[in-house]
Amino acid sequence: MAVPGLRDDTGGLIGVSGLLLAALFIPLFNLLTPETSPLHVSTYTVSLLGKYLSFALLALALDLVWGYCGILSLGHGVFFALGGYAMGMYLMRQIGERGVYGNPLLPDFMVFLNWQELPWYWLGFDHFAYTVVMILLVPGTLALLFGWLTFRSRVTGVYLSIITQALTYALMLAFFRNEMGFGGNNGLTDFKELLGFNLQHDTTRDGLFAVTALMLAGAYLACRKVVDSKLGRVVMAIRDGESRVRFLGYRVEMFKLWLFVFSALLAGIAGALYVPQVGIINPSEFSPLNSLEIVIWVAVGGRGSLYGAILGAILVNYGKTVFTAVLPEVWLFALGALFILVTLFLPQGLAGLWQRRDRT
Amino acid sequence: MTLLRDPSHRDEPVIGTHPILYLEGVSVCFDGFRALNNLNLYIDDGELRCIIGPNGAGKTTLMDVITGKTRPDQGTVFFGQTTNLLELDEPAIAEVGICRKFQKPTVFERLTVFENLELALHTDKRVWPTLFARLDSAQLDGIATVADTIGLRHQLRQRAGVLSHGQKQWLEIGMLLMQNPKVLLVDEPIAGMTQQETERTAALLVSLAGQHSVVVVEHDMAFVRSIARKVTVLHEGTVLTEGSMDEVQNDPRVIQVYLGT
Repeated sequence: MAVPGLRDDTGGLIGVSGLLLAALFIPLFNLLTPETSPLHVSTYTVSLLGKYLSFALLALALDLVWGYCGILSLGHGVFFALGGYAMGMYLMRQIGERGVYGNPLLPDFMVFLNWQELPWYWLGFDHFAYTVVMILLVPGTLALLFGWLTFRSRVTGVYLSIITQALTYALMLAFFRNEMGFGGNNGLTDFKELLGFNLQHDTTRDGLFAVTALMLAGAYLACRKVVDSKLGRVVMAIRDGESRVRFLGYRVEMFKLWLFVFSALLAGIAGALYVPQVGIINPSEFSPLNSLEIVIWVAVGGRGSLYGAILGAILVNYGKTVFTAVLPEVWLFALGALFILVTLFLPQGLAGLWQRRDRT
Repeated sequence: MTLLRDPSHRDEPVIGTHPILYLEGVSVCFDGFRALNNLNLYIDDGELRCIIGPNGAGKTTLMDVITGKTRPDQGTVFFGQTTNLLELDEPAIAEVGICRKFQKPTVFERLTVFENLELALHTDKRVWPTLFARLDSAQLDGIATVADTIGLRHQLRQRAGVLSHGQKQWLEIGMLLMQNPKVLLVDEPIAGMTQQETERTAALLVSLAGQHSVVVVEHDMAFVRSIARKVTVLHEGTVLTEGSMDEVQNDPRVIQVYLGT
């Protein structure tokens, strides 16, 4: 298959081909096969897979900064959640008069709080194009500010990780507050339609899944392009010897900043794809635990390979779906055990197994 | 290694006699300890200078000051007539042409020899140009030439991590050369090298002088003797004496400092 830039990337080639096939066939199997057919994919499964793929995009974003530049962000959920909230605000405004209170302008929770007018930051979110800009702009700006402050002060390693964790915790507390105007602890939900398509319809669900798969494939190719570029080599050099890179004449903090913002944009897109498929966004997406889970997905899949992150996110989340249905109280222990086992026995993750086989 | 000359050619004329690097009255204090104490040092264009001195004499601090890693408390550091190095940060100092080889070889082990050299290439090092950078044929030739000079032409595709210790040191020197430096600061180049590697390194450094000013910090007296034209002896953060190796070795103060009293 002639995908440029994937000549020496078997894992990526398989992943991207798989995504393209999934984007085509899973919706077809959902729509065209009868429910009794063994090939039938239920709409529930389609949305579940769509959720996994948006998590995979988030994992890809983290792998780019962690696996290639050594920036262990324990707060990548922030960018995901902000992208998700931007999409949620659009979906809220699409509800219009169909809300419980029937207010044409204000979302239900604002009516409930006795608010008389829409806060200024909700303006514009009735337009999809504006929303798309915000999905990128809000996480991107936060990453730019945060990265500029931390990288310029040469905060690295565990200190940076702790600050990112604090960032996500602070935003979680802020979004829990009703006065913030983002629906408090209930968040945003009860969505009706996206671009005029009913979110309860199978076709909309299939369309969302296909778009997510294609976005993930596109993001993979973009990330591959970045890590294969000279910038990618500079970034890996920063990971392995930051001060040495500085003496070569590169402004290390600018490279880190660029990569961090790029990663935040991908995470924001992932959040925006996630929200219409699960039908809700609330402050728990900011919880520190969520951001830690992303790290585990990437570690399990194998950091620094890109496709490993995608694989890890899908497998761990599948495990989570199965586990939380059968033995919900055991899940966190299983997740912790998985992380320990991978760290001890598979430091390169599942992708490492693959690469080891490749080499021999 | 055809390009490397015999290190015994020591009577070549010294090229360029005007100073390119000026340090005047430089003092650095660490918690009351004077690492450098009113130090004056002038490096000529194209010369090969060896700096020796007992442990704690301030050799590494001197390198740190020149490359911008440490800011002196007092004094001036100029590159050429007009460039005040104290106003520049590390990348900017590297940009004007002062490059440093660290004591420990710090090549990027997970990148190939070629990629290591490519990263060091003197070119636009801002983010966006780097993202879209493509090597042109002149740059490829430049990498090949440097690979020849450091004797690693056949290792270009290998990961730097598998090179021998000596080869890593040469790669590191090659990375400095890729930056088109005017001044090369070389910190303990032969630490841990075999005899054969040491001889090759001596030849390499001698061959580089002339086109570049080369400042070598080294403990090994035999090595210094084999390459040096002019030696500076540091002691307690200041220049004790300067001159040819013979002059320096016969200086009673140097003998006292090295042999102790």
